Amino acid sequence: MIRFTHVTKEYPRTGIALNDVSFRIGKGEFAFLTGPSGAGKSTILKLVFMEEKPTSGDVRVSGMHASEIKRHEIPLLRRRLGIVFQDFRLLEDRTAAENVAFALEVTGAPRDTIPSRVSRLLTQVGLASKGTSYPRELSGGEQQRVAIARALVNDPMVLIADEPTGNLDDRATRGIFQLLRDINAAGTAVLMATHNLDLVRRSDYRVIEVNRGQIVFDSADSADAAEPLPPTSA
Amino acid sequence: MRLTVREVILGLRRAPLLSALSILTIAFSLFAFGLFGLVALNVSRTLRTIEERVEIRAFIADGTPVEAVSAAVGDIAAFPEVARVDMISPEQALARARKELAEFNDVFDADVLPASLEIRLKPGYRDPKTVQAVAARIRTYTFVDDVRYGEDWVRKLYNIRNVAGATGLVLGIAFAAVAVIIIGSTIRMTVLARAKEISIMRLVGATDGFVRRPFLIDGFVKGVVGGVLALLLAWLAHSLMDRYLIQTTFFDRSMAIVGVVSGGFIGLLGSAVSVGRHLHEV
Repeated sequence: MIRFTHVTKEYPRTGIALNDVSFRIGKGEFAFLTGPSGAGKSTILKLVFMEEKPTSGDVRVSGMHASEIKRHEIPLLRRRLGIVFQDFRLLEDRTAAENVAFALEVTGAPRDTIPSRVSRLLTQVGLASKGTSYPRELSGGEQQRVAIARALVNDPMVLIADEPTGNLDDRATRGIFQLLRDINAAGTAVLMATHNLDLVRRSDYRVIEVNRGQIVFDSADSADAAEPLPPTSA
Repeated sequence: MRLTVREVILGLRRAPLLSALSILTIAFSLFAFGLFGLVALNVSRTLRTIEERVEIRAFIADGTPVEAVSAAVGDIAAFPEVARVDMISPEQALARARKELAEFNDVFDADVLPASLEIRLKPGYRDPKTVQAVAARIRTYTFVDDVRYGEDWVRKLYNIRNVAGATGLVLGIAFAAVAVIIIGSTIRMTVLARAKEISIMRLVGATDGFVRRPFLIDGFVKGVVGGVLALLLAWLAHSLMDRYLIQTTFFDRSMAIVGVVSGGFIGLLGSAVSVGRHLHEV
């Protein structure tokens, strides 16, 4: 479903961000993308939702190749993906329900189906009673749930989450992680970039570790590898 | 479409100050352009009125039979450049001279003024070259003693017209370019103020067309409203000028409509360029 083949990404000003990266994520899989800041995690995610194109190599997502995709086809690809960020990216002047509905409206969903779908999604993320609240009236964890509900509007094949718990306290982090697990259990693949090694250790999901633009560890092809992650006090 | 209209209204409500500033900027840019247009219109009308006075006068030799002159009048009136030919008898010439030059009344005598033909040319044929060519043809009639058309005056008038036309064109383009740049920058501010919304739209799979549409409508509406305001300001300026300085002409209805619609299209163009640039940057 997602396949990187010898992908290199170089920026004119900052140099090489990814160097010869290859991996694949299958249907319904849950994978962590870990590594220090600046390692290349966000670049990988941007390549997945085709915000960026590789300098060389091939990125294939849901059957579409980055080298061949036309600009007007990218929105169609993104409708098959759900994308969540650390800073939630909600519209401050719209309620939780309106933020979710907005994603349905821009993709041309039939108007009469929108309220029921929004209601179902808010219930799914545990915010059934918060539909009329504005983002400023919600906690960080609740805002991230709204963002996740919005990411799920088109029943995506894969949910891409870039540090979704980065701004949250422990309790909210656990709640969001559990929500992502539930989403994955329902069949949606999840690719989650995170710094939170505790979270990674507490689960037995696949871990892809990136450092200096290269994959230095992938639990999928290193079953016999030594402990990849350094001890943490977090 | 309903969603697009809602987004436009939301955009206006979300940033009322920025929207008002955009409209005022567009209005004042178009007002400056409109004032220039008003000056150009009045200069052009004045020049046209002066141009209408361009005439060729052919003096007829004494003793020419009336039939010969009448036949020539018919001939000359059929020239494609000629709008009208009038025969002026010595008596008519005398009456006119007495009226126009009253101080020389006692000097005039019908005997000293010859009969003449007054030939007026059609618009577009009043340039020095055409006037000269028509005069030369009239001079070929044997009964014509002399032909006058104020050669120097026609040449000067035509030069003034050409200079005014060229200056008007250059200034008009410059004013229009400044208006487009200012309006484009104003709309760019609106686009940047909504950059987050645009990035969210794109993330959830909105097409470029979908993102662009509300901005285009927004730009067009602001352009039209700015155009109407500019027209009101120009009318106010015209009224004050008309009342206290000199009599001027204002735009007619079709010009006013073209002006307002042009405002809309400048707004649309400014939006299209600003959003297009932004979409290619993100």
